[in-house]
Amino acid sequence: MANKVIYAIYEDPEELKGAARKLITAGVQVRDVFSPFPIHGIDPIIGLKRTRLGIVSFMFGMMGLSLAVLGTYYMMIYDWPMNIGGKPNHYYYQNVTGFVPVLFEFTVLCAAHGMAITYLIRNKTLPGMPARNPDPRSTNDKFIIELRTEENTQHAPEAITAMLRETPVFEINERQC
Amino acid sequence: MHQEAAIRPPLILGHRTYGDITADVAAPIENKASRTYYLLLTIASIIALYGVGCILYLISKGIGVWGLNKTINWAWDITNFVWWVGIGHAGTLISAVLLLFRQRWRMAVNRSAEAMTIFAVMMAAVFPMIHMGRIWLAYFVFPLPNQFGSLWVNFNSALLWDVFAISTYFSVSLVYWYIGLIPDFATLRDHVSSKWQKSFYGVLSFGWSGNAKAWQRFEEVSLVLAGLATPLVFSVHSVVSTDFATSLVPGWHSTIYPPYFVAGAIFSGFAMVQTLLLIMRKAMNLEAYVTRKHVEYMNIVIMVTGGIVAVAYATEFFMGWYSGVEYEYYTYMSVGAATGQYAWAFWALIICNILIPGLLWFKKIRTSFFWAWAISIVINVGMWFERFDIIVLCLHRDYLPSGWTMFHPSWMDVGTFVGTIGIFFTLYLLFARYFPVLALNELKTILKTSGESYKGEVLPKSQH
Repeated sequence: MANKVIYAIYEDPEELKGAARKLITAGVQVRDVFSPFPIHGIDPIIGLKRTRLGIVSFMFGMMGLSLAVLGTYYMMIYDWPMNIGGKPNHYYYQNVTGFVPVLFEFTVLCAAHGMAITYLIRNKTLPGMPARNPDPRSTNDKFIIELRTEENTQHAPEAITAMLRETPVFEINERQC
Repeated sequence: MHQEAAIRPPLILGHRTYGDITADVAAPIENKASRTYYLLLTIASIIALYGVGCILYLISKGIGVWGLNKTINWAWDITNFVWWVGIGHAGTLISAVLLLFRQRWRMAVNRSAEAMTIFAVMMAAVFPMIHMGRIWLAYFVFPLPNQFGSLWVNFNSALLWDVFAISTYFSVSLVYWYIGLIPDFATLRDHVSSKWQKSFYGVLSFGWSGNAKAWQRFEEVSLVLAGLATPLVFSVHSVVSTDFATSLVPGWHSTIYPPYFVAGAIFSGFAMVQTLLLIMRKAMNLEAYVTRKHVEYMNIVIMVTGGIVAVAYATEFFMGWYSGVEYEYYTYMSVGAATGQYAWAFWALIICNILIPGLLWFKKIRTSFFWAWAISIVINVGMWFERFDIIVLCLHRDYLPSGWTMFHPSWMDVGTFVGTIGIFFTLYLLFARYFPVLALNELKTILKTSGESYKGEVLPKSQH
């Protein structure tokens, strides 16, 4: 039997959530969910772990701060100390208050851009990438559950379709993969 | 599902569905633009071209073509810079600070406000660049290894802080704006029918597919970027104010400058948002999304920040007078300013920034589209005068009376300023025509809690 992908299309995010919960309870694996906007509360239902992008951002921020500290230390204290209006320049800790705005800005710069670039790469959204949503309506007003028969061998495809029909589904599409 | 109190007025009027929101936002992109649009675009681009011409003339001749003199050696250039940066504060404030405060009304205004922010900061960046005189040496502001000379840039200097603050603010705002745009470009990609538009939005949407993991990451990125952008918004104008506050000029050397400048920036930024948005909602049929309530909320922000600015003026006036120092007699907030040769500029500031915006305390006026628009223009003018007063009035009475003088702008001063307004409006008009002007997918998330036709369903009738 050829493997099939089943797309169950819903008109409301709450209906989709109810259906997803029902499928998971019956032991059906949900491959993915496509929607025009984030459906709050879907992640625990279909078993998505929390993203670690926040940690990535923190690490990039720390990297930025360290680079800024290193740079200001090298330029203003080590390489060429300058006497500007009698401000102390012999030790870093004496002069660091004057560098706070730059340290802050550089931390934010690295944290924001580091996270944004990681986000785009992890999502595989980069210039020129092809769209991967199964149905153009999923970016407009439809909410789609994607199921694969190969991941649900314990259920017959017909049984899954029957289960979907019991939910307030708008349309069911099947495709060979 | 999130519930909203029934007594709150709806944020989306009429009986709209998810599909209607997409169709409403895509309509100006798919349909032919009106003749008024092309007329406005032509006028704006002619002014922009004139501005580019003035800037090229300025660069080729040097900044002597401006009206600067020995006493007033900073005038319209920095006035315009601070004015544009101030305007550029509303967008990121709306999208970042109001996101952290869970203000849902921001969803209808954030996209266009952020676009305005980016274009305004671009215009702001023009002035420090061209006022250097030798723009081809502009890269000296970056801490580059110094084979050019023997010195590094000075990290103690407020002017260098500005370089870092403005460039960080611009690039982070741009990234924040674009990350929000990606899903909306994907919606347009799947919605439009013409082939070249499909491929245009296909490229811009970066292949967004809207699966659950992508949305989860999207929300995390939006939240963390909002958290990073919030202190950034406050830092940028604080740093701009230190350009003045760390100097020794009477009137500039003031410790309340950072918070006062930030409040002023938000004040003028929201005024510019109103100026643009109130026209756009009519021209692009967005009346259902940018409602009277949105305008009232924005006017309340204007009232609060305008109040802070008024208190700052009063403090400056009082402290200058109370110090009894003669030099303080001629600062921009002083008896000398109010009665001297620049009295017209002083009173323009008081009238445009305190008295006329004070009318917003009347509910009738702050909920009226016409008056909100008219007052927003007055505030834009008033905030330009504020910066002009701070810069020129504080300088025009030098320590020696022999140095006392007035500032007379040359045609190049006017041309470079008006030119940037032209460039700004050209960019904004292009944005309004080709980009989704509302964060349409974000708006869909509040349709079933704040939409007019769903409002009744949230609570049963008896509980109204």
